[in-house]
Amino acid sequence: METLILFAPLVGALIGGFGWRLTGERAAMWITTGLLFVACAFSWIVFLTHDGVTEKIQLLRWIESGSLSTDWAIRMDRLTAIMLIVITTVSALVHLYSFGYMADDPQWKEGESYKPRFFAYLSFFTFAMLMLVTSDNLVQMFFGWEGVGVASYLLIGFYYRKPTANAAAIKAFVVNRVGDFGFALGIFGLYYLTDSVKFDDIFAAAPALAETTVHFLWADWNAANLIAVLLFIGAMGKSAQLFLHTWLPDAMEGPTPVSALIHAATMVTAGVFLVCRMSPLMEYAPEATAFITILGATTAFVAATIGLVQNDIKRVIAYSTMSQLGYMFVAAGVGAYSVAMFHLFTHAFFKAMLFLGAGSVIHAMHHEQDMRNYGGLRKKIPYTFAAMLIGTLAITGVGIPLTGWIGFAGFASKDAVIESAFAADPMGYAFWMLVIAALFTSFYSWRLMFLTFFGKARGDKHTHEHAHESPMVMLVPLGVLAVGSIFAGAIWYSSFFGKTNEIASFFGVPYAEASEHGEAKDDHGEAKDDHAAPKDDKKKKTSYAFTGKPGEGAIYTGKDNHVIHDAHYVPTWVKLSPFIAMVIGFLMAMWFYIWDPKMPKRTMEHNRPLYNFLLNKWYFDELYDAIFVKPASMIGRFFWKRGDGDVIDGTLNGVAMGIVPFFTRLAGRAQSGYIFTYAFAMVIGILVLVTWMTFSGGAQ
Amino acid sequence: MIGLEHYLTVAATLFVIGIFGLFVNRKNVIILLMSIELMLLAVNINLVAFSSFLGDLVGQVFTLFVLTVAAAEAAIGLAILVCFFRTRGTIAVEDVNVMKG
Repeated sequence: METLILFAPLVGALIGGFGWRLTGERAAMWITTGLLFVACAFSWIVFLTHDGVTEKIQLLRWIESGSLSTDWAIRMDRLTAIMLIVITTVSALVHLYSFGYMADDPQWKEGESYKPRFFAYLSFFTFAMLMLVTSDNLVQMFFGWEGVGVASYLLIGFYYRKPTANAAAIKAFVVNRVGDFGFALGIFGLYYLTDSVKFDDIFAAAPALAETTVHFLWADWNAANLIAVLLFIGAMGKSAQLFLHTWLPDAMEGPTPVSALIHAATMVTAGVFLVCRMSPLMEYAPEATAFITILGATTAFVAATIGLVQNDIKRVIAYSTMSQLGYMFVAAGVGAYSVAMFHLFTHAFFKAMLFLGAGSVIHAMHHEQDMRNYGGLRKKIPYTFAAMLIGTLAITGVGIPLTGWIGFAGFASKDAVIESAFAADPMGYAFWMLVIAALFTSFYSWRLMFLTFFGKARGDKHTHEHAHESPMVMLVPLGVLAVGSIFAGAIWYSSFFGKTNEIASFFGVPYAEASEHGEAKDDHGEAKDDHAAPKDDKKKKTSYAFTGKPGEGAIYTGKDNHVIHDAHYVPTWVKLSPFIAMVIGFLMAMWFYIWDPKMPKRTMEHNRPLYNFLLNKWYFDELYDAIFVKPASMIGRFFWKRGDGDVIDGTLNGVAMGIVPFFTRLAGRAQSGYIFTYAFAMVIGILVLVTWMTFSGGAQ
Repeated sequence: MIGLEHYLTVAATLFVIGIFGLFVNRKNVIILLMSIELMLLAVNINLVAFSSFLGDLVGQVFTLFVLTVAAAEAAIGLAILVCFFRTRGTIAVEDVNVMKG
């Protein structure tokens, strides 16, 4: 069944990409979509029937070279199962949605066929992504990792007649190469140190890696930390974390379904998945995880600030994605891997829906993306409005405070992330960054809603008059995702962020009562010294702790890692803080865009430098342009003009047009055509030979 | 007593005359042919001289073959010359430069 899930999209991609001339355009689209729905149905069966036990299905042997042995194998555990449903569900819905969205596109002329190609790319992406999440070793994962990169490149540049789309595609590819370089180095390092690329061997070797030092770049490093950081650099590229994030907003040049599938729900979460997958290694790399936490928190904050002022509807959501990815990395960084997966899971639903909703708005407004030209669309496109409203409620985290789980999907998971961040480092940097980011999230999400759906119609009047609700194929996916956005958090709350034993059985991790493990409890007590109150609270209940060796179960949580447990016993104000931040953000948005619509302009004029700073995305693009792009292009120009033009071409031209003709002319002149000249030359030759023989002593 | 050296000297003299006939002569193609014959004969004298000196008849037999080939070569050379004269109307060496590079 897992094999079928994995290869159905590939078959779809091949039929859609190469066979559509035989089957016809329409049939190719239905085949790819149908296969995706089959894969989706099977994925849900797998997810719901999965018992948490890691299972391996070998497909074929791949690389056998010396001690390197790699198989194509499916590693079926809880992490894979979660990713399977996320990928196939969103992908199947996006396929369906694309029927409507891609139906008529101004980018293409009459009679040009682009739809089968689009569907084939989508299916190919799905296959590569499934390959990534089901892999049993790092090399296979790298294959999927690069496969999604290619698919992303192809889909961002899908409107290849637009120069901006091509530039964005190249940017995405190049920036990802930087991250992939780190990832590849991490794989090399792991192979060098453990002599294997299989997850089982790596996980088993993780404790030993923590004791090893390696020499790398003129310094000695702790092996576990170094490898974890290198792998995380790969994750930074794919998941658009700070410093390698510049490609994600530009990637919005692609068609909106692509943004929903690749740049919100699935591909960009591959980095989070990687960190969670490598949890046994991460647990032994405290400095690396601290780095992940700080970078994730900073990303969440920076992206949220930029999101506040963007005007392109898709860019706002793109920065929101980046910000939410930061949340996930914080959760993974503090050691609450199941919480990271929880947020990944819920985020996939509501963010895909926000994007598809935005696509529906863009579709309705004839490919207008600037929110300043929207307004008052609530009545024109009521279903889209309802969907976007649910998405916004989910992302801002609306729910009943202090119950933990009664609320929209984002409420349960985001609060879990923030509580975990507090539990790991009370009053720390990550916690405050995330709370502020939650406030900003609420503000820009509601700003988007208010600018789009409320107020007076702005912009082109004609467009507004013709605004129309999207067809059924686009509304059905929205509806399905809306269900997910409402219930995904509440239903699986206990599995991802419940009691330790619930999480452990969900992820197939061995666990035991904490009291049986004196050692674990002692460490626990020490860690809790600085906030004694929760400790007392906890003692009354039977508590459990994760046990087992690294590699047992889908995630590994170290013996000293009690973040998830502690997260349930954070002070009440901490539990309330994201909710309060959300309410403040909402009220601010109300004030700015409903009660006093002149307010944004006034604020902007008073804080012009700050506004420009945020509008220009913290000048990251300009900075990179000055540091990397310009020098690179100067070096390139130098090699082109001087190196290639002058040295290489110059040498060749000089030889071919200068030296060779010179000697040919000389040789030509020697050919006088008179016999006596030749005879004379012969005689001279004989003379020289004879003289030489005489003086050199002949054969002796 | 006439010894080997005398024969060799005559042969060398004839050979050098032949060579100079080849490249000093600028006038007549027939002279070229004659010069070539002269060089061949010089070589023949050498062969015969060494044959007699060493008491080996092979050299003299070889000379007979060379003479035969030389006769054939002269015949062909003269035939080419006749053809050449018919087409170009001259046999001056100065004009024979079709092979000029």
